[in-house]
This record gives sequence, structure tokens and C-alpha cells, in this order.
Amino acid sequence: MADFFNGIITFISEGINSTFITEDRWIDFLLGLGNTLLITLGAVVIGVVLGFLVAIVRSTYDMNYSGKKKKGPFAVLMKVLNAVCNVYITVIRGTPVLVQLMIMYFIVFATSHNGLMIAILSFGINSGAYVAEIMRSGIMSIDKGQFEASRSLGFGYKDTMLSVILPQAFKNVLPALGNEVIVLVKETSVAAYVGIAELTYTGNFVISRTYEAFFPLISVAIIYLTLVLILTFFQKKLEKRLRNSDH
Amino acid sequence: MTTNEVLIKVENLQKTFGENQVLKDINAEIHKGDVMVVIGASGSGKSTFLRCLNLLEEPTGGKIFFEGVDITDSKVNINLHRQKMGMVFQQFNLFPHMTILKNMIIGPMKLLKMSKAEAEKEAMALLERVGLADRANDYPSQLSGGQKQRIAIVRALCMKPDVMLFDEPTSALDPEMVGEVLEVMKSLAKEGMTMVVVTHEMGFAREVATDVVFIDEGVIVEQAPPEEFFTNPKNDRLKDFLSKVL
Repeated sequence: MADFFNGIITFISEGINSTFITEDRWIDFLLGLGNTLLITLGAVVIGVVLGFLVAIVRSTYDMNYSGKKKKGPFAVLMKVLNAVCNVYITVIRGTPVLVQLMIMYFIVFATSHNGLMIAILSFGINSGAYVAEIMRSGIMSIDKGQFEASRSLGFGYKDTMLSVILPQAFKNVLPALGNEVIVLVKETSVAAYVGIAELTYTGNFVISRTYEAFFPLISVAIIYLTLVLILTFFQKKLEKRLRNSDH
Repeated sequence: MTTNEVLIKVENLQKTFGENQVLKDINAEIHKGDVMVVIGASGSGKSTFLRCLNLLEEPTGGKIFFEGVDITDSKVNINLHRQKMGMVFQQFNLFPHMTILKNMIIGPMKLLKMSKAEAEKEAMALLERVGLADRANDYPSQLSGGQKQRIAIVRALCMKPDVMLFDEPTSALDPEMVGEVLEVMKSLAKEGMTMVVVTHEMGFAREVATDVVFIDEGVIVEQAPPEEFFTNPKNDRLKDFLSKVL
């Protein structure tokens, strides 16, 4: 019996040793984790900004221009912008993120060696399409009466959006936005495919050195899980803070 | 309280939703100090008429003059005129993410460029008046329907409007809360506020109105002071309507 436990302990300590300690591989994991976080963070920033803009264009068009006979240069501009946004959302949501990443890596930025920048851009553009639809659904979920009350006080469209509609919409979509970030963290593992040294890539690299898959892969999985748990914790905290107006 | 000064003049107002012509040819004059009560069956166009007055619904034809300016003209900045026309909705439409006080001061602060202290002082005085000063820091979801509607009224008053538009202000309330809202409206009328009220409260119309208007199928079919309107209706459809609601 003692031999059995000793065997397990030896197996674990040797596994940890070869995965993390030999050749200072923990540094590789740390760098990989850093890159994963960097890609996620950059992509979230790009995604939220892009998604927000697209959502504003689409809902402004839907509320003020769709099916109405408005004329003038601004109406034409809105029509063009709305069409561009629709194409963007359709293409991004209609193709796999890996294909998008490969197109960016091997075609658009074929001469660049900055894999990290390409990954941030690719995942950001991808995430933007989903954030846009989340935000738009949030804006559309606000009762029309809120809009009318604000306009009847004398607020213009812009002030109404900023002071009345968006704060409520943001609160409503927070769970969905949090979800999007969580999906994004895990999705960045796709970047390993084009050789960007993020967390999954590191795991794969260690396997190629030790010819042993168990410890590197389980370690990578545990690190992702920890990241997601931390994000979930903060998401819940933020939701709780924003809920103070619902009693 | 009625004066000769015309505040709102409606000329040949028409409104079409798709194929459905809701307002056919509405002409009306509202003088400063008038309390015009608009009644009619549901679907008659009375709410649409009211919502056209501050252009929440864009008329498809006709003109609306407010304080001498044709506000249906697309060159007019409607936001400036809406500041002078308070509106109260059936569903209250308070902003749920703001406290009561914030609901009231956001307009004066952002649109009238009032200081926060000044806006809060005026808001508190109005809250005092409707007996809700102790709820200033609560959120709308903590109030009853009647309280919400009283807040909605004073929120509109914070902008110091020249006219108040009421779109069935008591229709979404539990019966026991109708009285408290009507009381506030009555006191407003006594002070000489110009009001246009779409309602089913015939008692209010009888007591407070200077003019009662009956809209049917998109046209004003009868308009008279309340005594005459209720005791001696001329139009057959109005007689029929009154026999059902009185």
C-alpha cells in the first residue's frame, strides 16, 4: 500500500518537475499566460469599442431612418454606414475565427512578424461583431416610453441615448458581455495554430520536449479554468453593484 | 382662468399610420390658462392628437403653432419647444436607474443649465408640495403607482413648462390611487397652468375643465364647456358614448 502511494507521489513530482522545473519551463508558461491575457485584453478593448459603435449606428438607423423618407446627406451617410455594419456582422459571424485569424496572418499581414498584434486585431474584430449584437439587443430592450419621456423633457437623441438609454441597456447586457469575455479568453487558444506563443502553444511546446501530454495539458486546462473563475467573480460583483436600483 | 392669448393652435392636423388615417382634420385652439379635457373611445385618435402636440408623433399633414411658432416646420428645433411642454404618460416612464431627485433635476441641469443646488432646491419644493419629499433618494421601483405618477408630474414641472400634456395619467393606476393624482392635477389647474388632458375621468372633466372635446374617428365632433357638454350633448355618438361611461 505504501508503495502505491509512493508511486503516485513520485509520478506527480516527476510530472511537475519535467513540466515546470526542467529548463525553467515555468517561465514559458508564464510568458504564454501573459500573451493570452494580452491578446484577450487587447481584443476586449477593440471589441467593445467596435461593437459599441456598430450597435449605435444600427439602432440609430433602425429608430430614425429605417422605413422613413428622410433625405439629406446625413440620411445617406447613415444608410451607407448601416449597410457596412451589416456586412461586417454577417461576414464575421458567418466564418470561423480560425479562418479569420489565418487570413489576417497569412494574407493581410503576410509580411508582418508581429503575431501578437495580428492576434489582438483578429480577435478584437471578431468579438466586435458579437458585442455589437449584444449591445443592440440591450438598446432595443429598453421600453419606448423611456425614450419618449426623455424626448418630451426636451433632450435630443444624443443626450437621450447617453443619459437614459445606454446606462439601462448596459446593465441589461452585462451578463451577456461577461459571457463574451469568457468565451474570448478561451478562444484565444486558437492562436496557437499559427504559432503565437500563448498558453496553449506553451503546453504543446512542452509536450514536444517531454513526449508526455498529461501534465502539460492538465496544467493548461487548470490555468484557463482559474482565469474564467476570476472573471466570473468580478462579473458577479459588478452586476451586484449595478443592481442597486432594482429593489 | 381662461385668457384670450392663444398658446397652441392646431390647423387641419392629420396623422396616418400606414393605411390607417387616425386623425382626419383636427382644428383646435388652446388658450393660456385653458384646461382642455379630451375624451373619446379607444382608437378614436385622442392620444395621437395629444402626442402630435409635442411632435412625439409626427403629423402627416397640417400645422401646429406653439407660442406663435409652427413646430411642424422641419427647420424648427423641436427640443427647445418641448422644454416648454411638459408631458405625463400613462405608464409614468420615470427613469429607473436614477433616484427620484435625479429624475427631477437632470432636465433643469442639463437643458436649462441650472446649478445642481438650485435645481435640487426647486425639486425639493415640488416634492414637498406633492408630499413625497421623504422619497427623494429612493428609486422609482420603490414607489407605488400613484406616487410614481405624482413624481412624473413634478418632474415635468421642474422644466417650468407653459403647458402640461397628460396622456391618460390615471389609466394604469389602481382605483385607490387615482384620487391622489387627480388632486395634484386639480391644484395645478387652480394655479392657472394650461393643460391638455386625455382621460376617462368624467368627474375631473366636469369639475376642472374649461373645455371638453370629444374626438371620434379622427375628428373633433363636439367641443363645449363642461356644463353644456355633459347636460346637453348634441352629437349622437357623443350621447351614446356618455350613456356608456356616465
